[in-house]
Amino acid sequence: MKLERLFQLLFLVPAAVYLLLFFGFPVVKNVIMSFQAYTTTTFYTGEAPWVGLQNYVKVLGSQLFGTALLNTALFTIGSIVGQFAIGLLFALFFRRNFPLSGVLRSLLLLPWLLPLIVSSAVWKWILDQDSGVLNQFLGGVGIGPVPWLTSPSVALITVILVNIWIGIPFNTTILYGGLQDIPEELYEAGSLDGATGWKAFRHITWPMLRPVVSVVLVLGVVYTVKVLDIILGLTNGGPANATQTIATQSYDLSFKQFDFGSGAALSNILIVISALFAIVYLRLNRKAVDD
Amino acid sequence: MAATIPLVLAGCSGSGGSTSSGKVDSITVLDYYNQGNDKTVIGDYLDKCGAANDVKINRTLVPGSSLIQKVLQQASSKTLPDVLMLDNPDLQQIAATGALSPLTDYGISTDGYAKGVLDAGTYKDKVYGLAPTVNTIALFYNKDILDKAGITPPTTWDELKTDAKKLTKGSQYGFAVDANATYEGTWQFLPFMWSNGGDEKDINTPQTEEALSLWTDLVKDGSMSKSVVNWTQADVNDQFIAGKTAMMINGPWQIPGLKDSKVDYGIAQIPVQSASDTAVAPLGGEVWTVPNTGDKAKQKVAAKIVDCMNSEKNQLGMAKLRYTIPSKTAAAEQFGKDVPAEQVFVDLVASARARTGELGEDWPKAATKIYTAVQSSLTGQSSPADALKNAQSSN
Repeated sequence: MKLERLFQLLFLVPAAVYLLLFFGFPVVKNVIMSFQAYTTTTFYTGEAPWVGLQNYVKVLGSQLFGTALLNTALFTIGSIVGQFAIGLLFALFFRRNFPLSGVLRSLLLLPWLLPLIVSSAVWKWILDQDSGVLNQFLGGVGIGPVPWLTSPSVALITVILVNIWIGIPFNTTILYGGLQDIPEELYEAGSLDGATGWKAFRHITWPMLRPVVSVVLVLGVVYTVKVLDIILGLTNGGPANATQTIATQSYDLSFKQFDFGSGAALSNILIVISALFAIVYLRLNRKAVDD
Repeated sequence: MAATIPLVLAGCSGSGGSTSSGKVDSITVLDYYNQGNDKTVIGDYLDKCGAANDVKINRTLVPGSSLIQKVLQQASSKTLPDVLMLDNPDLQQIAATGALSPLTDYGISTDGYAKGVLDAGTYKDKVYGLAPTVNTIALFYNKDILDKAGITPPTTWDELKTDAKKLTKGSQYGFAVDANATYEGTWQFLPFMWSNGGDEKDINTPQTEEALSLWTDLVKDGSMSKSVVNWTQADVNDQFIAGKTAMMINGPWQIPGLKDSKVDYGIAQIPVQSASDTAVAPLGGEVWTVPNTGDKAKQKVAAKIVDCMNSEKNQLGMAKLRYTIPSKTAAAEQFGKDVPAEQVFVDLVASARARTGELGEDWPKAATKIYTAVQSSLTGQSSPADALKNAQSSN
């Protein structure tokens, strides 16, 4: 009996070691780093003087923090709403089978398959104010030129739009999978009771899809809050910090200004924000399921 | 034009190489010249210097953007290469960690270099890195477009403004710079700021404000595209090649591409505010260093390689192949004679200023402030004065 228990525990060891090594260690290290004056010198000497909360005071007190926090919130909410709404529409659209729907559905995955650096470079090209394809086209129908990436008041919207484009395949795929699991009989029974079209969606599709929706949204937020490459590729956080988020600011502090302590402090704030969101959301969701 | 003065050089014929330690047979090198012409030229010269010192060169290449991360990793795992190349503004940052050894410890002479070159390679009064060739930025102009408009390259800010305006028509802008939200944007602004007496210690000054007003006015009156806030130097060069801008600020590393493009271009100094001002250019280029690896014998040989890369003969050889300027004054003068098209860069480099010369390790913070201010002003978010004031007071 005892031996069996021992074996059971042994089977857990690989997973536990893996978690500790690849998740536990970096998080703990990042937390420790945020309380240290961790600079380039630390890498060579291994010495990082303890500075207490100084890094947090610095990043929270910085003028840029408010801007970055607001941009992060707008970027996340905007991206998620857009990705989810369009993704759901596509999923519903592909639910009905029609000729070539399989081909079209796989084409929809393209943005997901491209490396983010490539897509952001191509978008930067498309969105160029003077010679970009988009403004050339809009100019042809009498609009523009739109300062997509060059105006501080437009750049954030542009970056969100590009991020929506990138996120659509993910949302569509998961939601489409969820739709496949809803038994056809429910719709048949519903239609007998007069629930078709919007009513069928409201009373059958949506409630049945709910668990999948929560997964999509939680994963979406976690992916979006930390987005770095797209913003760096499109604007580098500019113009005039208009697209600076907590993630890009943290990258900047660590890898451009070599202030790894402050960078770690900022990224910990980001981790707390997304963890809070995940916990709150999962709780709400559990309640909803229990009801 | 034939080279008339035969160069008498000690160069890399250092025959003392074999006496220091018979055991060193290979040297590791890390650099970021990972593409095209630069990759081959630097590789050839490293091999030459290796051969002259009876060692094999094991060279590792990384992309420019990941060099520092690689160096930091190697510093913490004590696996630094024997010879390390660094972009010059990063030298002080790395020297401050203690990972590099002073080149004077190996008896390497620092005579004959331009002041800016030594400033860039010096940390706390000791020289840690030497750049065989250096570069800076200047005004490139499209000869055909300027000739047609009857314009000679502008030398003052007023001329720049009027000429740029005249040269702007249809889809063609008069002038282009890189004003993006990176250190590249800062680097392009520096010659305007410095030539006008501005200083990175405090950018909230009338001198810097005037420089920023110049750029802002050029955007406002349409002579410069609003897109400059998002262009890299490569983008600016593409615009120039495509004939979408008549003049641009760029560096000699674009020359191979420009030659291929068949654009008939000329190079002139960057305009200064009044004709009596001296142009102050920022110094660019990579320095070679000898990290503290703990293996004294290898460090000695590594120093010989660095010394050899910096011999006048090799500086001149690499300069000609890479369109960059030798860092030793005598070699630079010779280079100007041999390649008259690049005389502008030779003149500028002689008095060029190192970005880290004044602030050292604090340069990245100041550089961030500068591009932030440039961006706020060019996008019309705030006036040049307010943009500089806000950026200076931010932390």
